[in-house]
Amino acid sequence: MSVQVRIPTPLRKFTGGRDTVEATGASIGAVLADLDAKHPGLRERICEADGNVRRFVNLYINGDDIRFLENLKSPVKDGDEVSIVPAIAGGL
Amino acid sequence: MSAHAGNLHVVPTAITSLIGNTPLVEIRSWKDELSPQVRILAKLEGFNPAGSVKDRPAWNMVRRGIESGALRPGKTIIDSTSGNTGIALAMIGAALGYPVKLVMPANVSRERKRIIGAYGAEIVFSSGLEGSDGALLLCRELYEAGRDSYFKPDQYFNEANPEAHFLTTGPEIWEQTAGQVTHFVGSIGTGGTIMGTGRYLKSRNRDIEIVAVEPDDAFHGIEGLKHMASSIVPGIFKEQELDRKVGVATDAAYDMVHRLARAEALLVGQSSGAAMVAALEVARPLDRGCIVVLFPDFGDRYLSTNVWMAAR
Repeated sequence: MSVQVRIPTPLRKFTGGRDTVEATGASIGAVLADLDAKHPGLRERICEADGNVRRFVNLYINGDDIRFLENLKSPVKDGDEVSIVPAIAGGL
Repeated sequence: MSAHAGNLHVVPTAITSLIGNTPLVEIRSWKDELSPQVRILAKLEGFNPAGSVKDRPAWNMVRRGIESGALRPGKTIIDSTSGNTGIALAMIGAALGYPVKLVMPANVSRERKRIIGAYGAEIVFSSGLEGSDGALLLCRELYEAGRDSYFKPDQYFNEANPEAHFLTTGPEIWEQTAGQVTHFVGSIGTGGTIMGTGRYLKSRNRDIEIVAVEPDDAFHGIEGLKHMASSIVPGIFKEQELDRKVGVATDAAYDMVHRLARAEALLVGQSSGAAMVAALEVARPLDRGCIVVLFPDFGDRYLSTNVWMAAR
């Protein structure tokens, strides 16, 4: 399965500045592994050492939060859009 | 200005006159880890009428805008905000009768969006992937397309933002501590709080240390805070005026939010959690000191966010 992954600004240093990259895999977990192979260091910014997604990171498949799907086991299909969105804003 | 209604003594009050004069409470849970001569006092900005420290700069920027003629009837107040400034501007717009339009990243908390809508303000969403800088840039575009119809407080570049803290937050802290304050710990969003409060406190006693709190990494989840090295640096932010910066990890800030709620009965937002982590880092090596840490808001507007939803 080939999906488009949207990268937030602070992580674009891992993707050569690109805001969207392609990755493959049958589940979100597999997509993250493929992303890390292509852009080393990316997965450890998104996941804890134990492999779970860090608390402040939200992953979406076509806009649906994977916490309300099957987490890292959530399946993806060709053409899906995966977004990595930190729970941040800014401006105190 | 008072009127009698039966036995009740009713004092009509403009909501904006209730901004400021927030309480200072002692944080006691870590006393065993600190020197007996060290106290940590938290300034609870959630007691402002729209619920955050942002009432102060929002009101001062609007007030200065009216004074200068930049804001006059017929104009709409527009700005980019991650939420608390937006909430404050929405309240002030409702109080004074000005329409308000706010640009914010789509990933700000649901409560914030609803509160702003409740005050009658219009929200324009920017990409959540671009963070607060994306909102700032989109707001600039909207403003440039209709300059004559907008008043843009521009919190990142408006000196009336830090001035609000020079005029109110700083003097309050000085008076509430009877001049005993030795350290001020505040987080950086626009830099308004730390700059204005710091300047006032330094004007009273140049030995007071000004400690700024920021996320330890560009990729973080502390809503309201900016990681300066990777952000558009606000014009009002002057790093050379700080004595020290402390970087705080998102996990540490979130854990502190949970701990403050249970141990201190203070349900605060994640920026307060980050500030408290930094205050402890400042406090631990000290033999004596009076540390004032600013808690920007309460936590009820974050209950739908990751700090609680993804709780361990």
